Amino acid sequence: MSELALPKIDENVIQKKDFIVRKLKKITRSENVLSHPDEIKPYETDALSAYKQTPLTVVLPEKTKEVSEILKFCNEENIKVIPRGAGTGLSGGALPLQDAILLGLGKFNRILEIDFENKCVVTQPGVTNLGITHAVQHKGFYYAPDPSSQIACSIGGNVAENSGGVHSLKYGTTTNNILGAEMVMMDGTICKIGGKTLDQEGYDILGLLCGSEGLLGVITEVTVKILKKPQSVRAALIGFPTIEDGGNCVSDIISNGIVPAGMEIMDKALIVATDNFAKAGYPKDAEVLMIVELDGTKSEVDNMLKQVGEIAKKNNSNSIKLSKNEKERLAFWSGRKAAFPACGAMAPDYYCMDGSIPRGKLSLILKEINNLSKKYNLAVANAFHAGDGNLHPLIMYDGSDKEQLRKTEEFGAEILKTCVKLGGVLTGEHGVGIEKRELMCEMFNDNDIQQQLSIKKSLDEKNLLNPGKVYPILRKCAEEGRIHVHRGEEKFPDIPRF
Amino acid sequence: MSIEAKKNSQISLDSEIFKPEDEQTVSDIIRDCYKKNLPIEIIGSNSKNFIGYNLQSAKTLDFSNLSGIIEYLPEELYIKVKPGTPLVLIEETLDKNNQQLAFETIDFGFIQNGKSNKGTIGGYVACNFAGSRRFKLGNVRDHILGFRGVNGKGDIVKSGGTVVKNVTGYDLSKVVTGSFGTLIALTEITLKVSPKKSSQSTIAIHTDNSIQVSQLFDKILSSSNEVSGSVYIPDEPKNKKYNLNKSEIFKFNDLKYEGSFLAFRLEGDKKSIEERKKDLTKELELNKFKISTLDFYQSVLFWQKINNLELFTSTRNNILRVVIPPASSEKLMKYLKNKYKFYIDWSGSLFWIEVEDKEETNIKDIKRFVLDIEGYLTVIKKSEKFSFEESLFTINENGLLISKKIKESFDPKKIFNPGKMYREI
Ligand SMILES: Cc1cc2nc3c(=O)[nH]c(=O)nc-3n(C[C@H](O)[C@H](O)[C@H](O)COP(=O)(O)OP(=O)(O)OC[C@H]3O[C@@H](n4cnc5c(N)ncnc54)[C@H](O)[C@@H]3O)c2cc1C
Repeated sequence: MSELALPKIDENVIQKKDFIVRKLKKITRSENVLSHPDEIKPYETDALSAYKQTPLTVVLPEKTKEVSEILKFCNEENIKVIPRGAGTGLSGGALPLQDAILLGLGKFNRILEIDFENKCVVTQPGVTNLGITHAVQHKGFYYAPDPSSQIACSIGGNVAENSGGVHSLKYGTTTNNILGAEMVMMDGTICKIGGKTLDQEGYDILGLLCGSEGLLGVITEVTVKILKKPQSVRAALIGFPTIEDGGNCVSDIISNGIVPAGMEIMDKALIVATDNFAKAGYPKDAEVLMIVELDGTKSEVDNMLKQVGEIAKKNNSNSIKLSKNEKERLAFWSGRKAAFPACGAMAPDYYCMDGSIPRGKLSLILKEINNLSKKYNLAVANAFHAGDGNLHPLIMYDGSDKEQLRKTEEFGAEILKTCVKLGGVLTGEHGVGIEKRELMCEMFNDNDIQQQLSIKKSLDEKNLLNPGKVYPILRKCAEEGRIHVHRGEEKFPDIPRF
Repeated sequence: MSIEAKKNSQISLDSEIFKPEDEQTVSDIIRDCYKKNLPIEIIGSNSKNFIGYNLQSAKTLDFSNLSGIIEYLPEELYIKVKPGTPLVLIEETLDKNNQQLAFETIDFGFIQNGKSNKGTIGGYVACNFAGSRRFKLGNVRDHILGFRGVNGKGDIVKSGGTVVKNVTGYDLSKVVTGSFGTLIALTEITLKVSPKKSSQSTIAIHTDNSIQVSQLFDKILSSSNEVSGSVYIPDEPKNKKYNLNKSEIFKFNDLKYEGSFLAFRLEGDKKSIEERKKDLTKELELNKFKISTLDFYQSVLFWQKINNLELFTSTRNNILRVVIPPASSEKLMKYLKNKYKFYIDWSGSLFWIEVEDKEETNIKDIKRFVLDIEGYLTVIKKSEKFSFEESLFTINENGLLISKKIKESFDPKKIFNPGKMYREI
């Protein structure tokens, strides 16, 4: 992995470590301040595990007031702070710095209020995404955004990353599903934003906070909307002889006014990989495979599914299966859900990227990726949230071969740049973090970046909250920008990967 | 000003009203005002100019000539437009492709002077006031994918893109939507569009009982039957202060009974509507009520009237927009009943309230009540006698603190629409 530029180390802070630890132990219970190397080890990295760094110390406060006092102290003493949820982030957003305090929200793990009357849940940020659904499902409700890391990732992290899931096409991402938050600014000010109403008066501060990657404030409470579960869910599994046919089918489904709950595409390489791995029974003659999931009332779903089948036929599909029951629907998904581990089994290492493109450009980008694959002589498999244009190419390589690693990095950067050229963006859901930081200039010019930085500056004047993330440090487009996963080092191996 | 821009726009920087036709000219004008500390009022077509504080400004930037659809890709579900594009043109264009802006637009022309005036898309985005579908499908802010604009220093900036999944950098589209032109002069807006449903039907439940109404609202919100509109239209207080036009406006062949009613809308294909109707009949225990059903055409018209705010057509009184947590709708309903003319949208969350011009102190009381139940209030239309003692928008202390910081980062010299929303901004 290339050498990573990080903010300048403040030696002064490192020398003051004992003083800082003592102070933190006054603010929160002393066992909440970790400094033994063994205790700190798990916090050295998030799910972008190629990058590791030991923080100055780790603090796990329990109350908003403690967070506020910690930030105020750090602001006064010029100490950098890195917020962290569950550490499942894939772009290095929670990567510590040598001279920074890592502020973990793991102890903020309680649901504070379940308000069925107002269709919302007030929760602390450390509660897992799935934990919210678990708390309300007995009454038929759920929290809609469903990142595949949902058993592990925290709702605070979801807000910070504006996480999405396979059902974002119909139900939106985090930003469309939260009503309020409590956040603590770097100077210690505690702010309540929104509440239980739809929208807030004044500037949409909640909208700004969502997706701000821990740079603007520490989230200490979140109010999320909950929805009633749809009555009926069914899926279609469709194979196509060419990439173009699959891509055209996606566009046709949308043009016919159908908004599926989810629409996924896998290319040939991934079909083969997942089928070998998960024995999902996918059609072997397909060049691309599509899963379309529809939800709603029973007749509506049946009707839409029929329509999807007809549209697929028109687009030369060579196999169509419609799920008849829940077991079959889950079987359709089983291969797709095994996509990441399947690639892990095929090569010692893989890189996963997360660009978004206009849906209609699917066949173009896949062709380009195939050409690049030949150019670099590296295998690649593609998973695609086709409904919302979010592409996850997985490049397979051997990390012990330095030259292959270098080529892989180049390959990855070329893919992301192509996404931008085709009218897309660098990251659809994994965030910029440290990973795609230097590629930001592919999408934004100086003015655009300056506007964002001036917001950052207005809320965190000294640039102490999660510095070195999101915005380019080198001010040039370096060759970075992918997830690096090494066999045996992969974090959260049990979580299904989409 | 660059020679190029001058040639394009034929505008002298000495004039008071600018009607730029391109982004570069907008930038040149603003940069000049920034240097000279000159406040600028930003307007689309003035259709909603009555909302917010009146302001004094040396210059006016009128966007009506920066108009037109830049790119519309139905299969990509987005439309990219210039800010001065009439909203009606956008809606007509989408309609030809069986698409729509899912949040449903409000026509403020009727309360202003009795006739339709939807204004420009720039103005609409600046207000972030969605219509009836909001509680189901999000507000305007949820449908803005990206923008270009000029900040208070004259810099052209962009954010977002045309794709729905995008977490590259801060989501500035959210911040500028609903900022009433106080942060940025938008020059390009990309909106998410959605397919239109093939049919719709509206069911009216005739009831005057606040408890029943709030229970029905709750059941609608708790249902998975995808109700896309849910309003309550109470009878007006028998009081000459208000224009008693309800039975006139909601005169429909199939609306069978007089008096107050709750109406909800189902959209989709006919079969699905029937199926959901059956389901809701059980969920809402509709057999206990007197019911009317409006077919497709009547239903379309009904929701137009709701989103035209036609009950308050040409009123001289004050109009308030109040948003509350939905479970408090019964409390607020009881508070307002027989005193004010009002109706409720978003299944209990949004109240439109008319307050007679002589009763401004009542606005204060209503606001206190609304804040108590953790809602917020906006004075949308001010009567001629409105004295501005009460602030027109709601905000808490911290909200204002952060808002000031955000304002400073976009418009450090506070030259855009000064005081339009809050005096300090
Ligand atoms: C196997 C796997 C699958 C995944 N699938 C998806 C997916 O389908 N969709 C998707 O969107 N993402 C996915 N992710 C990425 C990741 O799970 C999300 O980004 C998630 O939201 C991160 O949450 P976290 O609690 O782990 O945050 P962390 O990783 O701890 O932190 C992420 C960022 O948020 C900040 N942060 C965390 N908590 C707070 C807080 N309380 N206040 C302020 N800032 C905070 C951190 O500083 C950091 O910048 C996946 C990850 C893995 C490992």
